[in-house]
Amino acid sequence: MILYWSLILALSMLLYVLLDGFDLGVGMLFGMTRDETHRRHMLAAVSPLWDGNETWLIVAGVVLWGAFSPVYSLLVSAFYVPVILMLTGLIFRGVAFEFRGAAHRTRVIWNVGFVVGSVVAAFMQGAMVGALAKGLPVINGRFAGDVMTWCNGFSVLCGVALCAGYALLGASWVVKRCEADARDAAYRAIVPLLWVVVVLLIVLFFHALHEDLAIMHRWLDRPYLFLVPLVALCAIAGILMGVRRRRDNQPFLMVVVLFICAYAMLAISFWPYIVPFSLTITQAAGPHASLAFMFWGAGLFVYPLMLIYTVYSYNVFKGKVDLTSGHY
Amino acid sequence: MNTTALMLSRLQFAFTVSFHIIFPSFTIGLAAWLTVLDALYLITRRPVYHRVFDFWLKIFGVAFGMGVVSGIVLAFEFGTNWSELSRVSGPIQGPLLSYETFTAFMLEASFFGVLLFGRNRVKPGLYLFSVAMVALGTTLSAFWIMVNNSWMQYPVGYTIQNGVYVPDDWAKIIFSPVVWVRFPHMLFAAYVTGAFCVAATGAWYMLRGMCHAEGRVMLRMGLFLAAILVPVQLLFGHLVGDYVHRYQPVKFAAIEARWHDEQPASEVLLAWPDAAHEKNDYPISVPVLGSLIGSMSLDSKEVGLTDFPRSERPPIVIPFFAFRVMVGCGLIMLLVAWGGTLLSLKERPLQRRALLWTVFLCFPLPFIATLTGWFTAEVGRQPWTVYGLLRTADAVTPFLTPRAAAGSLVVFCATYVFIFAFGTYYIYKLLKGGPAEAPLHTPPTALPNRPLSAATDLPSTVK
Repeated sequence: MILYWSLILALSMLLYVLLDGFDLGVGMLFGMTRDETHRRHMLAAVSPLWDGNETWLIVAGVVLWGAFSPVYSLLVSAFYVPVILMLTGLIFRGVAFEFRGAAHRTRVIWNVGFVVGSVVAAFMQGAMVGALAKGLPVINGRFAGDVMTWCNGFSVLCGVALCAGYALLGASWVVKRCEADARDAAYRAIVPLLWVVVVLLIVLFFHALHEDLAIMHRWLDRPYLFLVPLVALCAIAGILMGVRRRRDNQPFLMVVVLFICAYAMLAISFWPYIVPFSLTITQAAGPHASLAFMFWGAGLFVYPLMLIYTVYSYNVFKGKVDLTSGHY
Repeated sequence: MNTTALMLSRLQFAFTVSFHIIFPSFTIGLAAWLTVLDALYLITRRPVYHRVFDFWLKIFGVAFGMGVVSGIVLAFEFGTNWSELSRVSGPIQGPLLSYETFTAFMLEASFFGVLLFGRNRVKPGLYLFSVAMVALGTTLSAFWIMVNNSWMQYPVGYTIQNGVYVPDDWAKIIFSPVVWVRFPHMLFAAYVTGAFCVAATGAWYMLRGMCHAEGRVMLRMGLFLAAILVPVQLLFGHLVGDYVHRYQPVKFAAIEARWHDEQPASEVLLAWPDAAHEKNDYPISVPVLGSLIGSMSLDSKEVGLTDFPRSERPPIVIPFFAFRVMVGCGLIMLLVAWGGTLLSLKERPLQRRALLWTVFLCFPLPFIATLTGWFTAEVGRQPWTVYGLLRTADAVTPFLTPRAAAGSLVVFCATYVFIFAFGTYYIYKLLKGGPAEAPLHTPPTALPNRPLSAATDLPSTVK
């Protein structure tokens, strides 16, 4: 039961990062062009999907609370400021999608809301991961820091890195879904973004080495982990190849592989800790009565249904964006 | 724990949850009304029902979207501001709220899509089934929220292990007697809200001399449904009062502003409660009525606030007045619904304009009644978050600083006011435009999990 809910939680968070990641990335790239046709193409590439993507965040949130309430209470309160700012960013991003289409005079507000909301949400998510990796002060399962403990050089760097990562994901999604100018512009963005991500990852790596974070020891203890970065290197090569040969679907696929590698590296190096290095999954799991209650309805029936539905809706909207049929 | 941070957290939760409840109480009622409309269309085949249905489906989409957006914040606020509550009651409240989310998703995902796409693609019977499923989904969503809140009002089916509330009997939690009076009370509140909004919109069209056929259907059906629903709602309100009387005597005494034990007890209709001196200023009261309301007898003894130490009493003024505003709204709605139904049956032209104005101006009443009802329930539960188990002061995030709490409060207030001003304006525009003659066009990019998009492709109605 504990393993089941850990997997569900991990899968929900991964799906959120991948799916809403490209939404947020497109949101950031949106700010880099002034061309209305580009913008409309970019919006059309994500507008039918963003709301469904965001539900994975809520799913991850309630699963965390229901199945691992000590972690929910610890992390969400320790990350008071970033969580509030992330939610505000997501609200602005979300309504900007809807109101921009209907607005004329106020369109500028929604453009700004869309870009700033996306950047803020992405940065805060990265910063939270960074603060978690660096390690939070925890005494007896309770947070022992203050409201601003999350904010430090390492977490800020992680925030920037995730922004760049999401932008990369977004650019490769635009390549996959758009044609003509919007696609070519996105192609031009992929390579620089990729190098920014790689450089930031290297900086983060040395920063972690320098600070002697506990996470590094686990890597030396488990040398087989180094297979994952190897796969990541292959993915980077795949992205560059896809860009050079203009294979529209390849970059996105390879960026997804890259993200999964990064996610797996974090997950494997933390395992079995859910809050490194103070709470393990078993310590954090709720009582059996709670997990079983969730399992027999939500876990066994609704969750698989949600997965099927997600696959279905991506099937409906596959292929290139056609602006003539869309409403943007 | 910092008292300023505690107060700010309470204000923030009150603000965000009050803002949120406006939308679900509207959409739950609306979904039920859409089901009725579609069933009527299937039976009578009158096109007017079809047009009214398509029109309200758009409004439903926008209001539903607003409810989802404002609800996301709540799911995280339990953790940000109330970390102790989410830690100790997580094993019970977490699963209940995750069921709420999963139920809401099921509704969004599978059946709302059919509503948007399916009019010409599925058989009418299946379409009606989908509408009913959406209504069921919103109802179930409300159900889980009410189970959760009722557990906080009257905790049952738990044991305490290491200071954490661990569920030991889910059946007791879900089938708690308190759930089964408070859930219908909320459900009927939503139905009444839907009925009054529909009737008021119909009255508005008739006053402006537009959409005559649709306006008539909305006005008549809305009033007729309200005429049946409001008395039922008053009955459930009375039953909720019974549970408060039995399980939360101090809240009951606060609502009644009864300071001392009385036998037989009088009923304070209006007064200014003075908590410092434990008395009421300028009271208007009716003897014996208090016993009759509290225990259905003429000579029962009713407990007063002074039986409880000050540290266990809720604030008096808010529950006292909020309750009276709620009951007042309920009685006015009863009058309007019954009077309006009678008059609209007789169809006297002279009195009609006054009736239309009255119905039109009544549309805020169900919202006010719902909000004040919740104020009574939640403020009356103080100083407890989980009644009798966890004090609000112990539930708040211990290290939260006033600066962070004030900052988030300002951010949320600004965001909500800004965004929901646009949302409400949007709904107003849709309502003002009225039901289009043409049937709903289904945008090819509208996906069920994007309810707001139901309305965006009709430039003819959004001017």
